Amino acid sequence: MSETVKKFLYLNRKAPYGTIYAWESLEVVLIGAAFDQEVRLMFLDDGVYQLTTGQDTAGVGMKNFSPTYRTLGDYEVKNIYVDKDSLEARGLTQDDLVAIAWEDWETEEEIENIVEVVDAARVSELMEESDVIFSF
Amino acid sequence: MKFAIQINEGPYQHQASDSAYFFTKAALEQGHEVFRVFFYHDGVNNGTRLTTPPQDDRNIVERWAELADQYKIQSVTKDENGNETVQTELVVCVAAAQRRGIVDEGEAKRNGKDATNIHPKFRISGLGQLVEAAIQADRLVVFGD
Repeated sequence: MSETVKKFLYLNRKAPYGTIYAWESLEVVLIGAAFDQEVRLMFLDDGVYQLTTGQDTAGVGMKNFSPTYRTLGDYEVKNIYVDKDSLEARGLTQDDLVAIAWEDWETEEEIENIVEVVDAARVSELMEESDVIFSF
Repeated sequence: MKFAIQINEGPYQHQASDSAYFFTKAALEQGHEVFRVFFYHDGVNNGTRLTTPPQDDRNIVERWAELADQYKIQSVTKDENGNETVQTELVVCVAAAQRRGIVDEGEAKRNGKDATNIHPKFRISGLGQLVEAAIQADRLVVFGD
């Protein structure tokens, strides 16, 4: 669709419910997959809750969209980063987060889980090397 | 420099649209290009022509419309016969707009609504327009929480 390939970084900073930012951010990622860019997602601050397992939205009457995250590998997303400090500050570890698999349909290369916990230095490095940062 | 602007918050409730306006105005005044302003999340509420603030307050919607007019925040496409179509580049996200009741004629027809409220200087389009803007721009500047 476009000849330019840019490094896209989606920053997800907010809890999955309470506000609509998380869900509408995900909608941009899903639509954006059609543009063949290099897409990465990062979760930090309360955004780390977006990836937690066992979400149950029955009590708040909202759609539980957390299963969508597990499909991100099918939407051209190859890297998903989670800020270590944000996890720790909330008493969470990688075991509390969903695993997201990735597969290259052409080469059949497979990655079991593309969710990677990274430290603050890596977070800033990843921001620095991105061409476009969407902050949600 | 070639800028694209994204606004994620509604008018009056939040300063994001004001800040984006002043940024866009300053950039244009200094000779930069702003080729699209994309309204997302509650930002779509910046595009209703029914907005009626008190007389002693700024009219955020009209202010955007006037800026777009003055600096031609618009695109021109030609069909095979050379006929030009000019369209505004104040773009409201369709998915976000549907949720929040921002409606143009096409959407009203499609969804069986009895009214429209989109300001004539705004248009409703898809999220692809945001992604495309990010690809085309030297800088995408996001305003909101």
